[in-house]
Amino acid sequence: MNYELVIGLETHVELSTESKIFCSCGGHSSPKEPNDCVCPACSGMPGMLPVMNKRVVELAVTAGLMLNCEISRYTTFDKKNYYYPDLPCAYQITQLNHPICTNGLVNLKTSAGSRDIRIKQIHMEEDAGKLVHEGKFSFVDFNRTSVPLIEIVTQPDFRSAEEVVAYLTKLKSMFRSSGISECEEGAMRCDVNISVRPEGSEEFGVRTEIKNMSSLEAIEKAIRYESQRHMDALEFETEELVQETRRFDDVSGKTFAMRNKETEADYRYFPDANIMPIIIDDEWLEQIKSAKPVAVDEKAEGYREAGISEKEIEMIISNFKISKLLDDTIALGCNAKDSAVWILTDCAGILRKDGKTLNELEVTAEQLSAIIKMVDSGDINRTAGRKILIAVIEDGVDPVQYCKEQGLDRKVDMSAIEAVIDEVIAANPTAVADYKGGKEKALQAIFGACMRQLKGAGDPATIKATLVQKLK
Amino acid sequence: MKYYATKISDRGNIAVDDTILVKGVEAMAGSRILEGFKPLFSAEAVTRLEDKGYTVSGKTNVGEFGLDLVGEFSYYGENDDTLKGAAAELVATSEVEAALGVDVNGSTRRAAALSKVDFLKPTYGTVSRYGIISTASSGEQLGVYAKSTAKISEIMGVIAGHDEKDGTSLKKELDYTDNADIKGKKVCIVKELLDKADDKTVALVKAYAEKLRANGVIVEEISFDAFDTANTAWQILYSAETCNNISRYDGVKYGHRAENYKNIDELYVNSRTEGFNFLTKAVILYGSDVLSKTRYDDCYGKSLKVRRVIYDKFEALMKDYDAVLTPACSKAKFTAYSIDDAFCKVFEEGVFTAVSNLIGTPALVSGGVQLMGWHFSESTLLSLAGSTERMGE
Repeated sequence: MNYELVIGLETHVELSTESKIFCSCGGHSSPKEPNDCVCPACSGMPGMLPVMNKRVVELAVTAGLMLNCEISRYTTFDKKNYYYPDLPCAYQITQLNHPICTNGLVNLKTSAGSRDIRIKQIHMEEDAGKLVHEGKFSFVDFNRTSVPLIEIVTQPDFRSAEEVVAYLTKLKSMFRSSGISECEEGAMRCDVNISVRPEGSEEFGVRTEIKNMSSLEAIEKAIRYESQRHMDALEFETEELVQETRRFDDVSGKTFAMRNKETEADYRYFPDANIMPIIIDDEWLEQIKSAKPVAVDEKAEGYREAGISEKEIEMIISNFKISKLLDDTIALGCNAKDSAVWILTDCAGILRKDGKTLNELEVTAEQLSAIIKMVDSGDINRTAGRKILIAVIEDGVDPVQYCKEQGLDRKVDMSAIEAVIDEVIAANPTAVADYKGGKEKALQAIFGACMRQLKGAGDPATIKATLVQKLK
Repeated sequence: MKYYATKISDRGNIAVDDTILVKGVEAMAGSRILEGFKPLFSAEAVTRLEDKGYTVSGKTNVGEFGLDLVGEFSYYGENDDTLKGAAAELVATSEVEAALGVDVNGSTRRAAALSKVDFLKPTYGTVSRYGIISTASSGEQLGVYAKSTAKISEIMGVIAGHDEKDGTSLKKELDYTDNADIKGKKVCIVKELLDKADDKTVALVKAYAEKLRANGVIVEEISFDAFDTANTAWQILYSAETCNNISRYDGVKYGHRAENYKNIDELYVNSRTEGFNFLTKAVILYGSDVLSKTRYDDCYGKSLKVRRVIYDKFEALMKDYDAVLTPACSKAKFTAYSIDDAFCKVFEEGVFTAVSNLIGTPALVSGGVQLMGWHFSESTLLSLAGSTERMGE
């Protein structure tokens, strides 16, 4: 018999905010020591009250807008009760009754064609801490408690692992390009709900949930293993399927049932009285909408039209910092394709020499556009432009001023250039004699010496012509 | 009786219940589970008082988390045969000018009535809850004990007002004067509540009504049957929220940890078994039951709807009257009893107090009786009580 896979996803995404969701603790994305970014509020001490971080609401709404959701104008928080040492209050603040976004839609293009995945809801919640086990002791690290998350819940609309991977890849590039989340290792975690049914059947099969996976490879492997297990059970009656929560083991590539106790927990959800209902009025929603970055698809199309290659587009839209630098540079009047080359080839190359990546780039759109404009207008040549760029990246200099100081401007006095050429000719009698004796190669050495002395000033073609003239 | 859980200063003029935090001073809320817990910060109300030159005398003993009648079941306390509240008694004996307490299920108001001092439970959101050991977040409110309404006005003038550290704190400036004109104000006495009180208490309410009348206030006896329903709803909400808020006391981070445990579940169970008294355990059981999947709709969910209904009913009543005059508790005197009966006793007494926690309205105890009003009517309540106080005995 042929079987059909039915999959729904719950995806947790860590939001890129400066502070946690209900307190002002910062630095949680790169803590130095355990319990480095912790205050009485996020460590669950009595007397502290949660105070909502407005930015979290705005990023959640932005995510909802990108996923074509309805935005709730009235949204509330609930408490979810369970005991675990990494949960300092013994409850997690999350949204059950009035989530921030509902009824969205994401379009996927896969080998099976174009498919729409319905988004059931997006809700905001706080993360828990973590336990560190050493010998006979266990330690609690609260750095991650109250880190803001959104959970995106889809309808059971996926029919293959390929679709799931395409969806998650799309979410990642969307969230990265819009600054919603860095989506770094572990910042995007998935629970996969999976069932299998005979093709053509309308009824759902027995569903299992595989919890807490963060790598795409693991998710893909887990789906393949789990769906095969379901199909074997249906086809060969190898085992009886039960609704349960499972864990994927990366080493063996298999899924295992988790303790039943956890799946049957009653979380005793109820409204959190400490956080007043949040009202999103027209004015605020418009504000968030206008600040919302252009959708990834539209953005990619724009780059494509400007002649930027697919590989480059991928590099740009997967990095919020770079795509913002490019957009800002274009907005300052520079050519899109040129700007992309300056960033992806020149900036990246300069950084690579110091063992750095584009993430560490400290160049403003103003600086970059100033360099590009000087080159485009013919004031300096590209080599000089790159030289200025190095100084900007390494020492943070002002490009225009640096150009003047270093005399890189091509509009230099021609007589000064001629004086330099005369000097070089006088200083290199051997090479001059060789050239005059018919060795064409010697010209290159003399020309190179001129260029070095001129430090990139002047137009190379003019200089070469002048040099040849003088050597006749 | 033992007044202080922790004494701070002999020169202090304000006492603070042990459910309210003072930086660096042990805060145990009458419970062994918080043994040795020293907070890193003070409650906003305490900070505001200290900034204005008041000095905290010490942390007054409270019943575990303030859940009992007046403070009789503290791990650190001593029971007298006649029940009294520690903070109320300190004010009554003029040891301090005023005291702060947290009103969540009426214990502070009962204590004030029994010691014949004033206690104002202000409108929800007017005084910051930052730095109080929470039980029922949706209805608990920090209030003031004092010997006169004038003192309450003075203290409220310092501690009330918006605090950004409390998400439920209101941005509303309020007037707490206790000498507004009360001539022609209308006050009602609710028959159903008088029926639940002993003769002495009823006599106290009636005598108070006469004093109000002598000051030109119109007092009428009416029938209003919402108090029992309001009480049941609040006992459900309050137990559930308390169960949730105190679940953080698990022996892992601070406070009491059991000596013997083999794994994390035993650490939780043994620490909490040793750390909480029987009344708190009853509240935890009741609270987790009303939140459970099978009972939520009939209990917790329904209580939320009842809260709305009571709100509307009380609002309608308060369109006709400026205040409701009621007993603060059923008896003029309570004697020591077994903790096994505490949950039911507190539940029963809640009928006089619960409505103002349920819908966040203010209540003022004075002269052994209670005046309840609509939101932000503190000045009216203080002026009504103030006028009778100024008449003398």
